[in-house]
Amino acid sequence: MSAGPMTTEVAIQQRDVRLVRSRQPAAVSIEGVSHIFERGRPPVLDGVDLTVAPGEFVCLVGPSGCGKSTLLNLIAGLTEPTSGRVTVSSARPALMFQEPALLPWLTASGNVELALRARGVGRAQRRTEAERLLAVVNLEGHGGKRVHELSGGMRQRVALARALAQDSSVLLMDEPFAALDAITRDVLHQELARVWAEQGLSVVFVTHNVREAARLGQRVVLMGSRPGRIVREWQVDIPQPRTIESPGVSSLATEITRELHVEISRHGH
Amino acid sequence: MATDRPPGRPSADGRPGLAVADRDVADRDEERTRAVGAGLDALDTVTLPPGPGLVRKFVRSVLPPIVFLGFLVAVWQVAYLAEVKPPYALPSPADVAGRFWETVQSGQALEAIWTSLSRGAAGFAMSLVLGTLLGLAMWWSTWLRAAIGPIVSGLQSLPSVAWVPAAIIWFSLSNAAIYTVVLLGAVPSIANGLLSGMKQVPPLFDRVGRVLGLSALGRTRYVLLPAALPGYLGGLRQGWAFAWRSLMAAELITYSPQLGQGLGQLLNLGRELSQMSLVITSIALILAVGVAIELLLFAPLERRVLSRRGLTMR
Ligand SMILES: Nc1ncnc2c1ncn2[C@@H]1O[C@H](COP(=O)(O)OP(=O)(O)O)[C@@H](O)[C@H]1O
Ligand SMILES: [Mg+2]
Repeated sequence: MSAGPMTTEVAIQQRDVRLVRSRQPAAVSIEGVSHIFERGRPPVLDGVDLTVAPGEFVCLVGPSGCGKSTLLNLIAGLTEPTSGRVTVSSARPALMFQEPALLPWLTASGNVELALRARGVGRAQRRTEAERLLAVVNLEGHGGKRVHELSGGMRQRVALARALAQDSSVLLMDEPFAALDAITRDVLHQELARVWAEQGLSVVFVTHNVREAARLGQRVVLMGSRPGRIVREWQVDIPQPRTIESPGVSSLATEITRELHVEISRHGH
Repeated sequence: MATDRPPGRPSADGRPGLAVADRDVADRDEERTRAVGAGLDALDTVTLPPGPGLVRKFVRSVLPPIVFLGFLVAVWQVAYLAEVKPPYALPSPADVAGRFWETVQSGQALEAIWTSLSRGAAGFAMSLVLGTLLGLAMWWSTWLRAAIGPIVSGLQSLPSVAWVPAAIIWFSLSNAAIYTVVLLGAVPSIANGLLSGMKQVPPLFDRVGRVLGLSALGRTRYVLLPAALPGYLGGLRQGWAFAWRSLMAAELITYSPQLGQGLGQLLNLGRELSQMSLVITSIALILAVGVAIELLLFAPLERRVLSRRGLTMR
């Protein structure tokens, strides 16, 4: 689905994101969320507030173990928060894991079709729709391949196509490119930025790679650990198209990294 | 901090809001990324070298067993000539071959194979249903798993011949007695195979099912069961081996005219007539059926399932 003719609404959106943010229902809204896994243990998340506007790309960075995945699982509805409220505009957000998590007994197309089946799409339509979605991630002609015949980058793209097949306006990504080599990651960054712009998705992208966050996000949110909470956030005004080498990206990354180091050193004594 | 053109907003042509000059740059970038992406795909894709040719396959997997068999027969012939045992106890390979051919020509072999195999197939089919249901029940109910899991595992190591006397007392010399023994041999293996297959399914797959919005039933049907298939197949294979063994044990002991003449009964006939050549012929037939089922049914099935998932090594 490419963006249709521009409505006034979208035009306004273009002029001022924050104005619209206050008027439209948020894509994701997290209010005072705390989470404890085991009774008696300190909370993993403590009083987290976060709002994601429709169509916004938010990157979540933080030291490992600070609760990023936990927060994402809460948004996805896989876990219930101990206290607080999570509301999502889409019934079931799509979620991508660090592993492609493709089912190895299915072909690339079969994996995408399973998501369509879960949505109740009819058999004949599933085929063509899966083909279309694989084309969106530049994998036309690879639908018949088995998972083990695909490279790491291709697998992650199939996983993206499967996530898109959920037809959700909210896409959650948990370090999806962490296991890929730098060049493949660059290509996937560009693909993701394109898909996001074309489909008007709201994205929450978790990463521990600060440069990646600065490269992709419209907003970068820094989480601290023990307990997990939001420490700071940055609005990213570097124009697209960006690359990982764009001057703005590296200077922002430097700034975020400095803050991240401060946050990590807090635990050293 | 909002600028008047926030980055990356979709604009009329569905691309981030860009001026015309920027768009040219973006198009070129896009093109380059596509080229790099295509190159990466080509470089990274796993291309398996073609499998070995027919001649090499023959030399590698068909020839060795034939050579070994020839060697065994040679040793046998030497033992016969040296009269390690008197000829009635150790007939020559030629004698046995003659008897084998006679049994085949008279239709006795085919009849025995058919009787045993149809019985085995029926028993295995029943075991398949019962074992699968039992495995599923043990998966769903952790209480049931805790209660009967140890017994089911224990049954696997109990030779099912041990059930023959009980089965004969319950059902006298009937097919029911034979099937009881076969079931007790095969059901535990199948149930355990399915259960261990399901236990080995990575939790990530279930999370995928949840994220996609599949119901509990849908996750079982489309995720859990297919993921457990390799373990289940292993259970089936072992279940068949146990069923076949149990069947032979049962046939050997439950000998009555109403039961027809299966391979086990043929073997028993050889013992009663003190005809070693018939005994060896029967054993060869039993072995041949076992090997044939393995080679024609289970091995290709397993190979297919594993290679689809990229799990086979050569
Ligand atoms: N299911 C669980 N049970 C108990 N503790 C958990 C569970 N999942 C995560 N944790 C703990 O919660 C903390 C945050 O984990 P996680 O959200 O995975 O961090 P991140 O994704 O930021 O690296 C860690 O200390 C981890 O050990
Ligand atoms: Mg994590």
